[in-house]
Amino acid sequence: MTGLFDYLLGLGDDALVAAQRTSEWCAKAPQLEEEVALANIALDQLGQARAFLTYAGELEGGGRDEDALAFLRDAHDFRNAQLVELPNGDFATTVAKTLFLAAYQNLLFTRLGRTAEPRLAGIAAKAAKESSFHVSYASVWTVRLGDGTPLSHRRMRDAVEEVWPYTHELFEPWSAPEAGLDPATLRGRWLEIVERVLGEATLPRPQDGWAATGGRHGRHTEWFGPLLAEMQSVHRAHEGARW
Amino acid sequence: MVKAQVEAAVAAVLDPELQVLSIGELGMVREVSVDDDGTAVVTVTPTYLGCPALELIKADVAAAARAAGATRVTVEISMSPPWTTDWLSETARTKLADAGIAPPARMSLPLLEPGCPRCAFPDTSELASFGSSACMALRRCTGCGEPFEHLKAH
Repeated sequence: MTGLFDYLLGLGDDALVAAQRTSEWCAKAPQLEEEVALANIALDQLGQARAFLTYAGELEGGGRDEDALAFLRDAHDFRNAQLVELPNGDFATTVAKTLFLAAYQNLLFTRLGRTAEPRLAGIAAKAAKESSFHVSYASVWTVRLGDGTPLSHRRMRDAVEEVWPYTHELFEPWSAPEAGLDPATLRGRWLEIVERVLGEATLPRPQDGWAATGGRHGRHTEWFGPLLAEMQSVHRAHEGARW
Repeated sequence: MVKAQVEAAVAAVLDPELQVLSIGELGMVREVSVDDDGTAVVTVTPTYLGCPALELIKADVAAAARAAGATRVTVEISMSPPWTTDWLSETARTKLADAGIAPPARMSLPLLEPGCPRCAFPDTSELASFGSSACMALRRCTGCGEPFEHLKAH
């Protein structure tokens, strides 16, 4: 168990880091439609991050707002799962990451939308609907690539296998009393959704083996530092600047 | 007296992304209160969490309330209960269709694919799941062949 502040940081950091990573596709996506879609998914994530981090800052009562939490914390203070900080790789890797994260967030937010804590419930209920569009977007592409040409099938299969070890961390015991749920209870339903999509995409479900861990406790991958440096550089160079 | 004017002025503020609809018709205005000294508090629920138009909407709401007689204006954002497309008024749905944007299905009904807002042909296909804004999808009518935007039910 963790306090509500730390829990909100985790929810917000998952969304913030996913937003930052996904927005790297801007001006680089394979088609204009996918560029717009990925930018909009990143924007949804950013909106969720803002809501969770603003709430976390107010709860802490130390005068930190969403910007202070996003731009003035160091890597070891971030509570996001390592999945969201992985490099984008090719388009298939991004699709796999998006599918796994969105399916988890959709289940989690749907449950949190029914908690007794009203502000958390309000943000989560809204975010749940947004993430359902991310699930459907990533599912369509997983099937299109997996059940596509031999080349697209191979690359989608490689992507799923590469990202799979980073999905276990999402279901580690990590929760606040106000959330009233053990993430481990979401994995069964998550597997059902993901296995159905993989099945339709003619892709094998990877074996569970080595599992990444540590993100919720501030231990991150080698790719996280550069991401954070890029995300925070402008704010840190001009601290307190206003438009 | 001032309260009614402020309420009407705030409800009439146009949504920056859907210029055919006011935030009143979208169902975004939760509460308007005006004190004796003319201080107004307006509570607004955004249509989605990352709405980039929110700052603009807050500024427009404050300006509209001041023009209607409020001396000081605070715009508060409420996320709970969350906004849903079911809060769209009937007028709003008609106006969307008139502007060539297929209105969202009602969440309480089984989700149907939208018909063409131009020729009413029922068979349409999705071209892109996100359109000019995150709340829109891009579709094409298989009857008249015209592309159109669809406000997604959520």
